[in-house]
Amino acid sequence: MATRHDTAAPPAKEGGAAPGRPAAAAVPEADRRRRARLSRRWQRDMRWSPYAFVSPFFLLFLAFGLFPLIYTGWASLHTVELTAPTDMEWAGLRNYTRIFDDDFFWNAARNTLTIGIISTVPQLLMAMGLAHILNYKLRASTFYRVVMLAPYATSIAAASLVFVLLFGRDYGMINWALDFVGVDAIDWQNDKWPSQLAVSSIIIWRWTGYNALIYLAAMQAIPQDLYESAALDGANRWQQFFHVTLPSLRPTILFTVVVSTIGASQVFGEPLLFDANKGASGGAEHQFQTLGLYLYEQGWVNQHLGRASAIAWTMFLILIVIGIVNYVISRRLRASS
Amino acid sequence: MTTTLTKPPADAAPEPPRRSRLPRSARAGGTLHAGPIAYLILALFTIGSLFPLVWTAIAASRDNQRLAQTPPPFWFGSNLFDNLDLAWNDANLGEAFLNTTFVAGVSAATIVVLSTIAGFAFAKLRFRGRSALMLIVIGTMMVPPQLSVIPLYMMVAELDWSDQLQAVILPSLVSAFGVFFMRQYLLQALPDELIEAARVDGASSWRVVWHIVFPAARPAMAVLGMLMFVQTWNDFLWPFLVLSQNGNPTVQVAVAGLGRGYTPDQSLIMAGALLGTLPLLVVFAIFGKQIVGGIMQGAVKG
Repeated sequence: MATRHDTAAPPAKEGGAAPGRPAAAAVPEADRRRRARLSRRWQRDMRWSPYAFVSPFFLLFLAFGLFPLIYTGWASLHTVELTAPTDMEWAGLRNYTRIFDDDFFWNAARNTLTIGIISTVPQLLMAMGLAHILNYKLRASTFYRVVMLAPYATSIAAASLVFVLLFGRDYGMINWALDFVGVDAIDWQNDKWPSQLAVSSIIIWRWTGYNALIYLAAMQAIPQDLYESAALDGANRWQQFFHVTLPSLRPTILFTVVVSTIGASQVFGEPLLFDANKGASGGAEHQFQTLGLYLYEQGWVNQHLGRASAIAWTMFLILIVIGIVNYVISRRLRASS
Repeated sequence: MTTTLTKPPADAAPEPPRRSRLPRSARAGGTLHAGPIAYLILALFTIGSLFPLVWTAIAASRDNQRLAQTPPPFWFGSNLFDNLDLAWNDANLGEAFLNTTFVAGVSAATIVVLSTIAGFAFAKLRFRGRSALMLIVIGTMMVPPQLSVIPLYMMVAELDWSDQLQAVILPSLVSAFGVFFMRQYLLQALPDELIEAARVDGASSWRVVWHIVFPAARPAMAVLGMLMFVQTWNDFLWPFLVLSQNGNPTVQVAVAGLGRGYTPDQSLIMAGALLGTLPLLVVFAIFGKQIVGGIMQGAVKG
């Protein structure tokens, strides 16, 4: 914020043509000095204003992003209780050994992975198909795009509460419909895979349309002549999709995969609110407890903020590993294309 | 994610309104007419997208007993307004609406202004370290804010800010997406000549921002404002940690509280969920086209 004082100067002074002070007009020496001052101010403006303009973002990120993230690592080496969050007692790596010894941690890690796969893979595949269709010449194309985005406007809280009812074992709509095709009532709350499928379906429902729009935007950026030359080579619709569309979308696909992976690693609200027992354990047998929910349970139900910090820091390290893997893959892809 | 930088997303065309008037045939890729199967699939997706929302309203218009019968109800009952009224009072929703409108409004407005200024600097000003700083901005998108909640919670405890709205507003102001979005827009929508002309007239950088950048960026600012409003309105984890249902809740905290409370009445919970969603659905019904355009322009998840 080095420019604060000179930006406060009234605009009239900055107008190079208008004389700032009446006295200056008469004396060439004063005029020269005034110009020198103006040009110094001009240089300072050109030099420092860009930094002033971008600094709010970085200051906010330092205060509410980076600093807390690093401090989480520090807190994870301490015993901190929720009731007195500012009293910290050195604990070394004890928080880490505690959570690594806890079966529920590994259970939550596995659940996060499986829910992540069940929610992300069909989501992105459907989004791709949907984008392909939305890229046709359509009547009322805007209508479809807005409708596909309606779930995105629905909050996690509202969506999860509705899905609890739709997935009800005895009176839910989904079991009622399955009964028609001869499937017996499924216990979407207490059985492991059905419950993870149900939780994933909330995520799929909310994000498929959004990702479809992102793919659609990328599809519309593909130059038309690529399709024309493919058609000249005798490629049919499917071949065009696989040999023109998909390769052109590679950066976008990679991007949505990364963002969805990060999102999947953080899943919290859906399993919290899907639990009919209203606990934070992700079902009676932790069958759909994710790492995010496990973090919340350790920190805010069991009141061990230090242990929760160790979980958060572990999640962060996992994300870094994923990030490096992704970086390597994307470099390979770029090198090969 | 340099990929998203080097490849400006498709429809980053300056004026969103143009999109609607442009026939689809003029767009790349969109030359094939949709067949009946395409429309059938679209119809299925439409039903899938809307059904849970419609059914929320149906369930909210029934009573608890009816929801504990098979088959489940398919059409509206007569209890809608009673349930809405009860949910409104039970869940402290009136206050929650005021709070959330305030939080989302202040956050969205601040993010829009800060992002426009920063986006302008990244798009149009030359300074040392510009591309490195832009990479850092994009890199910050890869760090999920959820991992920072514990120290933030300690800060809130230290400052005695629990149940106070600034505890929710301040951390929500970090928006790398906003900076990126405005940069992409200003790169194309703001001609360099306009800035140079103002420079020749002796305008300082701040005057350029005020008199040239803000007017030029207005359409994108409106779209970003709506996106950020939706995002803040739906924010869940952090408000859930620092605000309590009976203290000073946002809508999401109040609705979640209704669902997790001891209310055995499912129709009441659905009424709360409906109330919490309705304002945004109205916004989408009115500005849906602009929001869709904004997401496709940004083509990056916030």
